[in-house]
Amino acid sequence: MTGCAAGMKPARRPYTLQRVPSADPAGNRRRPTMTQRDAIIAEIPRLRRYARALTGAQDAADDLVQDTLERALEKWRLWRPGQALRPWLFSIMHNIHVDGRRRDARIDYRDEAELQLPEQRASQADGLALRDLDRALALLPAEQREVLLLVGLEELSYAEVARALGIPQGTVMSRLSRARARFRAVLAGEAPPLLKVVSP
Amino acid sequence: MSLPIAEDELQAYADGRLDPARAAQVEAWLATHPERRAQTEEWRAQSAALHRAYDAVLDEPLPARLLPAANAPRWLDLRRLAVVAWIGLGVIIGFTLRDQTLPAPGAGTAAPAQAALPRQAAIAHAVFAPELRHPVEVGAEQEAHLVAWLSKRLGAALKAPRLDGAGYRLVGGRLLAGDNGEVAQFMYENAERQRLTLYVRREAPAGGATAFRYAQEKGLDVFYWTDSRFGYALSGATGREAMLALGRQVHAQFGG
Repeated sequence: MTGCAAGMKPARRPYTLQRVPSADPAGNRRRPTMTQRDAIIAEIPRLRRYARALTGAQDAADDLVQDTLERALEKWRLWRPGQALRPWLFSIMHNIHVDGRRRDARIDYRDEAELQLPEQRASQADGLALRDLDRALALLPAEQREVLLLVGLEELSYAEVARALGIPQGTVMSRLSRARARFRAVLAGEAPPLLKVVSP
Repeated sequence: MSLPIAEDELQAYADGRLDPARAAQVEAWLATHPERRAQTEEWRAQSAALHRAYDAVLDEPLPARLLPAANAPRWLDLRRLAVVAWIGLGVIIGFTLRDQTLPAPGAGTAAPAQAALPRQAAIAHAVFAPELRHPVEVGAEQEAHLVAWLSKRLGAALKAPRLDGAGYRLVGGRLLAGDNGEVAQFMYENAERQRLTLYVRREAPAGGATAFRYAQEKGLDVFYWTDSRFGYALSGATGREAMLALGRQVHAQFGG
């Protein structure tokens, strides 16, 4: 509950990659080099695309991206040189998103209002508007939505998805299978509305 | 004919994750299993639809808030410094005011609490006024609940004064822990997003009412006073004159 009764969304502060100096005693750098900084920035469009599809709304998506970037900087010393940056960032985003889901409610659903998006790109070749896909994704359990998007949209390998989500690869495959079946049913108008209680 | 191909492998085929030799075998098998072939095509179509819907995000200009400034001020560090500065300020204010508010030596052991009022209020203001996402616990849209809750916790009827006439709307409030128990903090904000906080705590009845007092340091103006029940402190970076006028409005609404 915030106090912004008038619905004003306060502008978030910018953040910086520069605030933690030097290296920790173990010799791991506590902040990225300029090259690493550029590599992080290069991932931002991918993080935004995934967050946009995951949350269904660009504002919420960018909040998630900003939280992810801030946490990545806080935890930069945990990043090992040579470790692929993208799955690492996706795993941070996943953890923040899960925390948010647990915090917001124990029921995973989306407001109708949240799905009232402006018609942005109406020229979908197959007639599926962005909004239709937003709605369809919203009707997937979050854990299925994540796997479907990380594989189908972000094209991470199954092993990378498993690492990002902290689950075994076999679980990735079974979730992917269920996600695709449900996504197909939802798009075909066959799936019942979902009001999934998130398990603890 | 060949063995059935497992679902996992069909997915890997659809996702282009098989090596070319195995992919060719799967493809040959699919040629004789049209339902399974349709399924893999359906999966690919799903992925393609996701790309068509969301790839446009990749080409959007990045919002400024997501772009780290290479040499931006270390705002978190500044905030930490600010907290230290406010605590130091509080110590200075408290020390400066101790003679004005403490009873004379030998006059008894009345609590030195009064001296701490502007300091506590200034610290609470410094902590919560910059908060963007969670400035208050209960928002103004639930004002009745907010006031009832804080009144109950402070043990006496309280109200949220109105400052709309001065351009400050109520944002909401929160409960804080003070030296001697519960404290209520109301927050106000004007169109320029400048914030005021009103800090209200119980005072010992023996303390009696005191006149308006003013404390100012490094841009934060605090007016504070007590009545028979509460101590009040209004804090903000408005300048002394504006704060005096605001303080009077609050004072008047609590019945003097």
